[in-house]
Amino acid sequence: MTTRRTLLHATAQGLTLAATSLLGRSAWADLPRGAADAAALDTLPGKKALLRRSFRPPNYETPPEYFNDVITPNERFFVRWHLASIPQIDARTWRLAVGGDAATQELQLSLDQLKHDFEPAELVAVCQCSGNRRGFSDPHVPGVQWGAGAMGNARWKGVRLKDILARAGIRKDTVEVAFNGADRAPLDVTPAFVKSIPAWKAMDENTLVAYEMSGAPLPHWNGFPARIVVPGWTATYWMKQVSVIRALAQPLTSYWMNTAYRMPKGKFPVVDRFVSQESETSTPITEILVNSLITQPVDGARLAPEMPVVVAGLAWDGGAGVRRIEVSTDGGRTWNTGELGTDLGRFSFRPWTFSFTPGAPRHQLIMARASNAQGTTQPSELIFNPPGYHNNVVQKIAVEIA
Amino acid sequence: MKSPPLIWLGFSATLAASVLVARASGDESRVHLAVGAGSELVQSRCAICHSLDYIPMNSPFLTRTAWEAEVRKMIKVMGAPVAEPEVAPIVDYLSAHYGAE
Repeated sequence: MTTRRTLLHATAQGLTLAATSLLGRSAWADLPRGAADAAALDTLPGKKALLRRSFRPPNYETPPEYFNDVITPNERFFVRWHLASIPQIDARTWRLAVGGDAATQELQLSLDQLKHDFEPAELVAVCQCSGNRRGFSDPHVPGVQWGAGAMGNARWKGVRLKDILARAGIRKDTVEVAFNGADRAPLDVTPAFVKSIPAWKAMDENTLVAYEMSGAPLPHWNGFPARIVVPGWTATYWMKQVSVIRALAQPLTSYWMNTAYRMPKGKFPVVDRFVSQESETSTPITEILVNSLITQPVDGARLAPEMPVVVAGLAWDGGAGVRRIEVSTDGGRTWNTGELGTDLGRFSFRPWTFSFTPGAPRHQLIMARASNAQGTTQPSELIFNPPGYHNNVVQKIAVEIA
Repeated sequence: MKSPPLIWLGFSATLAASVLVARASGDESRVHLAVGAGSELVQSRCAICHSLDYIPMNSPFLTRTAWEAEVRKMIKVMGAPVAEPEVAPIVDYLSAHYGAE
């Protein structure tokens, strides 16, 4: 097998990534060999180098070192598209159409209207692909073979979706609110990427139509000029280049709701339900599970004995709020509580640290696990599922004390 | 239940203002698949909708049955223009060069 250290010998930009902290040991399986061999740093127009998983549609993940910051830089924010025809949008002519059979009127909103005719709202939230870490599934499952970088944290500014829906006269019989974006498949017969969320989630004050990302317009590849932001829920609902919003009196019929992005009921400790799209056995994915990432030290690091070391990382969940980080420096035999850092809100990455002093020379496994306000914590074994969603198994990194 | 295209019909004009770009990004000609029986068929059919790096990325762990399921999903769900007699040679190629070991 290809080792983790050779995995990121990506030289497209003359860069070589030696850091392998995201690739873990033991708890995270290796990426499939073909995915590891093909991974390369590559730069999309308007972005900086990301780890390319596929050219078309473009799927690029954030390299490990950018998770040292709590806010992920826009130009390093991961890129994920389902359909390969992605238009360049002219902000002057772009319009957001709002309506639906459960709305009393149709609106056509310009970007200027969004910015000036509504009260702005702002929050920090993690955008995480449902399949983040799919490549570490054991056994492997088909799909984009993501490592740990199909996620990012940004300060989103825009308009509350509920304010837009109120202006369109959303009716009480609204079951779901659906979104379409400007992207299209090369073939007309391919199902359009349309998604919906329950009416209660659409009316949540935190759900936004965002036109700004960490103080700048959204990058083209992240959904310029506006995208849906559904704090706490996985990124499949965060429609990029949103062009249509519809209040629906009936559940949406769409391959991307009825077949894709679903999982067996009861498999995961999720709290939020999406009742109108549930079947007897399966449910659409909803909120992000509590999770964490060790960013320092990196896997394979050599640490000096008797010298204090700071273990650092990020923790996040689906909006209940991270309450605790525990770190083990002996492969999971004992756990110690770490220190949570700056709180940018319950939907944000939460930085954490834990200090310890390694003893005698040896190999050591460092692990971290987060818990949230609902009392949920990360599992020590992967909750396997065929689509490879919700991988929040505890990460282990190996360091050498020498 | 209504069919999805109807929901969006009144709004297709929104898209007219924008220019569709066929190729999303990058130089995918850098992707080279293994040479062998069926490789040209695979390239001509699969690359209509996605770059060919999807194939090595999903290797080598899919059994022949799993590769066939992927091909049939592309046909039935995504509308890939693959005729029934082409399925076997495509699946043969994928499992021979990118199948589980």
